[in-house]
Parts: sequence; structure tokens; C-alpha cells
Amino acid sequence: MSNTQTSPAINWEIGPIFRAMLRNKVGAILIALQIAVTMTIIVNSVYIIVERNKEMQRNSGIDNENSFFLTSIGFAENFNVPVTVAEDMNTLRALPGIVDAIQINAVPNSGSGWSMGLKTQSGAEYDAVGTAVYMVDEHGINALDLEIIAGENFAPTDIGLRVVGQVDWPNKTILTKAMAENLFPDIPYQSVVGKTVYINDIDPMIVVGIIDKLQAPWVGWNNLENAMLSPERMDFKGSRYFIRTEPGQRDRVMKQVEELLANSNKGRLIKGMRSVEEARERSYRGHTAMIKILTTVMIILTIVTALGIVGLASFSVNQRKKQIGTRRALGASQSAIVRYFMLENFLISSIGVILGAVLTVGLNIILVNTFGLDRIDWFYIPIGMLVLWLVGQGAVFGPARKAANIPPALATRTV
Amino acid sequence: MFGYYIKLALKSVKRNPILSLLMITAIALGIGASMTTITVNYLMSADPIPNKSHQLFHIQVDSWDPNNAFNDDEDALPNQLTWTDATNFIHAKKALRQSAMGMSGAIIEPAGDDAKPFEASIRLAYTDFFAMFEVPFIYGTPWESASDNNREQVIVLSKRINESVFGGENSVGKTIIVDGRSFQVVGVIDDWQPMPKFYDVNNGAFNETEEVFMPFSLKEELELPNWGNNSCWKSPEGEGYSAFLRSECINTQMWVELPDETAKAEYMGFLNNYVMEQKELGRFPRPLKNRLSNVMQWMESQEVVEEDAKMMMWLSFMFLLVCLLNTIGLLLAKFTGKSAEIGLRLAVGASKADLFKQHLVESAMIGLLGGIAGLGLAVLGLQGIKSLYGDFVDDLATLDISMILVALSIALLSSIAAGLYPTWRACNIAPASQLKSQ
Repeated sequence: MSNTQTSPAINWEIGPIFRAMLRNKVGAILIALQIAVTMTIIVNSVYIIVERNKEMQRNSGIDNENSFFLTSIGFAENFNVPVTVAEDMNTLRALPGIVDAIQINAVPNSGSGWSMGLKTQSGAEYDAVGTAVYMVDEHGINALDLEIIAGENFAPTDIGLRVVGQVDWPNKTILTKAMAENLFPDIPYQSVVGKTVYINDIDPMIVVGIIDKLQAPWVGWNNLENAMLSPERMDFKGSRYFIRTEPGQRDRVMKQVEELLANSNKGRLIKGMRSVEEARERSYRGHTAMIKILTTVMIILTIVTALGIVGLASFSVNQRKKQIGTRRALGASQSAIVRYFMLENFLISSIGVILGAVLTVGLNIILVNTFGLDRIDWFYIPIGMLVLWLVGQGAVFGPARKAANIPPALATRTV
Repeated sequence: MFGYYIKLALKSVKRNPILSLLMITAIALGIGASMTTITVNYLMSADPIPNKSHQLFHIQVDSWDPNNAFNDDEDALPNQLTWTDATNFIHAKKALRQSAMGMSGAIIEPAGDDAKPFEASIRLAYTDFFAMFEVPFIYGTPWESASDNNREQVIVLSKRINESVFGGENSVGKTIIVDGRSFQVVGVIDDWQPMPKFYDVNNGAFNETEEVFMPFSLKEELELPNWGNNSCWKSPEGEGYSAFLRSECINTQMWVELPDETAKAEYMGFLNNYVMEQKELGRFPRPLKNRLSNVMQWMESQEVVEEDAKMMMWLSFMFLLVCLLNTIGLLLAKFTGKSAEIGLRLAVGASKADLFKQHLVESAMIGLLGGIAGLGLAVLGLQGIKSLYGDFVDDLATLDISMILVALSIALLSSIAAGLYPTWRACNIAPASQLKSQ
């Protein structure tokens, strides 16, 4: 070290630090690489986590917290589905704590359901827009907690009875706003009311109403926001019931309903009782798991990298004990020693995060091409660089302090 | 000498306990993360029926919409068959063994007043299903092929259903009420859970095997509900169950056993002829395109391995890379610290090769310790995966012997690789300067 600092002005000593680093290139390169790869993993992981979180926060359109559903399967020989459903609905709708109840073919976000294609022109040659189908009666709007933003609800006289293997459809439908806009992109959704759409290529249905929002059963589907209501009850052996309760009453009502229905008719089985919340949790389980795993990975990785820096820095402090003692003896202050190690780390980290920025974008491009992820937003990269800089500086601070405490007298001794 | 190197390595590990612990932990974490994700990927992409996977073929024919391919990919073929085509293929009997199949469910009513009715899943299949897929039986046998043709109400139970309905005893010949009808039990199978559930990946590639098996022909006879995936490009012509079955909707899987290339070529010829004939009847409006995929080809085309699993595996490899970089740096520091000792040994006559071996043994030992600790972490990681994803991954999150060996080899190899450069550096010091300066 040729530095004999006499003036109080801070000398950043970038030159000597850089030259010293060149004498131990490999150590510096290793830390820089480690920082670069760590940054690549962390920034991409954070990005994936944020994206997954956004997907999970999407609004299903129904009252997630206060709704549940179940399946009633008749097996007795004389089991009459329409009669039983009508009786059950009367009972359920009258039960205190229940806002409304319906028979429905599928539940939003639950993972299984029914989809069809709708067209604006009749004929097999035209393109169809895919949509989830929910078969409900006139209580559907209230039970699902939907809002009619244009047109009107089904009338009780509109409701048909669907049998197994039936191919024709009722002549009325209600669409979500998103579906209306996908079918008729050029006109405001309000004007879609009264239009005719075609199901099964040629069967006409008149749009009588538009609802604000209702998601399809499959959370990974491209057409998640496309849904239609069809005014029907179903004569199927297995009937699904969807029930919305007063706030806070769900769990109590669930127990009560299960007993009530099981006891009211011995010729059937009640199964698959589940709250919408639970169904959504199951549908998004992969996302939740991914988020937890990536979070764990990020934390461990940061610790590993930080400990690696601490280990190497401590080692280089030990190696240079004599030199540090000499510098101190020649008048370098303790803060000058701390500054030396912090700056050294800052230089190495800078190389690391610049390389890291390149690798981060590279990994993102691979993820985009292989797994169909979205492109990363630019601001993740400077934030990632900043975080890794801070991690590096934090990790090196301890060993640097230790170095500063080396007594100048050490220079005179042989170790 | 080797024993001596191990002794030296142990000593050296103990001398810098914190540094050694850091390295071992880093390797353990990297190995733990990689092993967890490799295991999940390995099990997801495992061959579920290794001795026959090259002789079993899944049939695809392009019966889809004249205006649109089956999906966005123009080359895509429908992933299932129509009921009509599947039953026609069965009746043609052109393969060594063959089974069309579908999924359904019904209520089982056990005998006795206290026994509660319950719902069971059904695999509808032909008798060849059992021989073709080597399904193990505890009691009885598959049904006769006459039962397929005559639509007899015969049933094969899973071990679990046999236990809950018949208390686990030999129930062959007894009757059981399914869907309100009386069925005769012909066989009980042992636990059988192919992973992935290759014969029907459309309905969940890692789902459980169905609870009971019955002849496919009963689907029409009893109008059993369609539980699996059903897709239509054209609505059925006419009302009712029979019209649904005879529609262009696809809901049936079909597998054939073709022992060699000739048999495969002949079967392909048969399929092509069939489609040409059907075209004359006005069906199959798309260009002629049929496909026979063996088990692994089918798994691949259906993308059975979850993308998240693949993504996590690549991230975990990068994680391992960071841990190795870490280890290289720390080893470098450690061996540099031993310069004096190395200098002394060189001066008193040890060869560079000796020193090289000695330090590689030390690196390998750290790798091995890290690998063992990593295996422990992988077990924890897999437990974590189970608790995060739920029961259905139980069979996807278990370590077997080959995975344990893979883990230890990766740990050992990567730590030796990590040790190469530091060792080389350490052995290339000039002994004189080291001895002098101290």
C-alpha cells in the first residue's frame, strides 16, 4: 500500500482496491458470479410470485366467503329429481341464515363444468367464442350475488327442464359483460341486450341481460371471464346445489343443511359439500404451493450467498491481518479500513449485478419461450440490483468491522 | 495412503469448523433442492409399465370439425375417440389385445341395514384391459370375453372396495348392488396405481385408479353417466342417451397391444382403411390423419409433466450452481490458508500428485457429508411438497434407491469438480516462499 493519508479529506482508494482485486481475480469472480446467479433466480422468482398472486386475486364474481355447494345423488328406484329439487329449494330458501339457493350445473372456479361456443351468425363456418355455461333458474342472480347491469333477469316462466342427452337450448340467455364485449366488440355492452346469439352453430338465443362479472369453472382457462346463464333446471341423477348465506353464517348453515337434506330423503346421498373458498383454494393450490416454494428458495439463497460473502471476507481479513496492521500503524483510521472492504465488495457486487441484470433478462426470455410466462417488467431489474448490492454490503460489514479492530501493533509482530 | 488422506481431511475439516460447516450446508441445500425437484420430475415422467410400454399404443383418429383443428395447433388430433369408432375398432379385432375404455360412477349399496350406500368411480373396459396392463389379481380373474359381448353384469373390485363391502374375504361369485342393479363379482385386484395413470391422462394423469371395473358395453345398456372429459364439435343428432353415444362427441380412450413393427404397420393400415370407408359415409371431414402412440410418446404428447415442476427443477439447478460457486470460493480460501502446511509437505518430499489426491479426498469428503445432509433435506422437501399439493402427489414424492444414488453421485461429483481449481492452485505454490515468509 503506497497510501499515506495525511489530509482529512476522504480518499476513496478505488485504484489500490482494484489493483489488489486483480491479484486475487478468482475469488472476486466467484463472488460476482454468485451474486449474478442469485439475482437471476431471485428477480425471476419474485416476478413469478407477483404474477401468480395477481391471478389468485382475480374476482370470481360470486360471494366467495358466504357460499357453498353440494351434490345430491338419487339412487332409490322411485327417486324423482324435479320433485325433490323443488322441495329442497323451498326448504333451503326458507331456512334462516340462507340468502338464496339454486340448482346449478357447475360452480365458478371449482375446476369442473360445462363449456359451449356462441356465434353472432348462424352457421358452422363462423368462428365461435367459448364460454362457460351455468344453468340456473330466476334465483340464480341473487344466489350467485351477481348484478344485472343491462337488461333483465329471467322470468319464472322462462325456466325449462333439461333432461339427459338433450341437445336443444332455451331461447333466452344472460351474458357476462366480458362475454358480450368479446362477441360484439364494436358496440357498447348495453346494446347487446336484445341481440341474438347462436349456440350449437345454429340454435338462436336472445340476450335478455348482461351481468357485471362471473368467472368460468377453470381458473387456468383463457376465456375465464366468459360465462353465460341458461334458464334451466336439470333432471339429472346427480344435482348440484349452490347456497349463499348471510355473512358469518356459512359454517353453521353448512352443517345444518347436510343433516337436513340427508334426513329428508333416504333415497339419496349428499356428497361433495364444500365452501366456495375451499374450492378456490383447491383450484389455486398449485399457485399457492409455487409461491411458498419460491419464497423459501429466495430466502435460503440469499442466506447462502450472504454467508458465502461473509466467509470469504473473513478469510481475506485473516489473510491480510499484517497488511491491515501496517496500514493502521501508518495512520489509516478504522473507518478507512472498513471503507476499504466495503468498497471492495461494492466493486465486486457491481460487476455481479450488471451480469445479473443480463442473466435475469436471459432467464426470463427462456421462461417466456418455454413456459409461456409474460415478459418481466423493467423495474424489477434495478430493484433486484439494489437489493443484491445491499445484501453484499450487509454481509461484508461484519468482517470489515473485525478488520478495523486489528491493532496497529500487529504489524510489528511475526505471526 | 487413502486412509491417511481421509484422516488428514477429517483433521482439516475439524480445524476450520465454521468454514467447513458453511461448505457442507451450502452443498446440502443445493443437493436438497435439486433432489426434491428431480424426484418429482422423475416420478412424473416415469415409465408406468416398463416391460410393455413399447407394445401398447393409444389410438388417435382425426374425426374433428372440418373448419377447425382439435386445438390451436394445426397438427393436433383429438385426444379421445367417439364411442362409435371405439366400438367399431373393438369389433374389428385387429390387435393382439385391445380395450376401449371410459370413466363413470354409480352408487354402491352394500348388503345389510346399517351399511351406508356410497358413490364409487367405475372404469368401463374390455376384458383385455387386465392382461394388457398386467393388473394383479388377489381373487378370481377378469371377466370372460363373452361378458363383453353379452353385456353381462359382472364386476371386478379394487382391494379397498372389497374390504369395505365384503370385509376383504374372497368375494368371487357374490353379488353386489351397483346403480340399483345386481352385479356378480368375478375378481378382486390388488393395489394397482400406475404412475402416471397412463391409460387415461385426460382425466388427471396422477389421479387414483378407479374403484370398480365393468364391461364397457354396459355404458349403453345402463346409460351410465359420462364422468370423464367429453368434447364435441357438433351437437348430437337427436335426443337422448343413445344419440349422445352415437354423436361425434369424443369421450372414449382406446389402447391396443401390438407386439412388433409389422403388427403396428398393419394396424395403421387398418385405421387408414377404416377412415377412408367412413369418409364415404360422410364422416371424418378432415384430411386423413391417424396416429398410434406408445406409452411414453403418449405421455409426452399429452404433456404429463407439470410445467411448474419443470420450471422448479431448472431453478433448483441454478440454486445448486450458486451453492457450488460458494463452495469453490470457500475451498479456495481454505486451501490458500493451508499454504504453509502444503509448502512444508512439498519441502519434505511429498509429490504434487500426492498433494492433489489428498486435497481431492478432502473436497470429496465435504461433498459426501453435504450429500448425506442434502438427502435429509430432500426428504423434508418432499414432505413439504406433499403438504403443499395435497394427497394426490403422495406417490410422486417418495425417494427410491436410484434417486438416493443419484443424489450422492451429484453431490460427490459436483464437490470434486468444485475442489479441482482450489486444489490445483494450492499444489502450485513455491515451497520456498511459503517457508520463508512465516
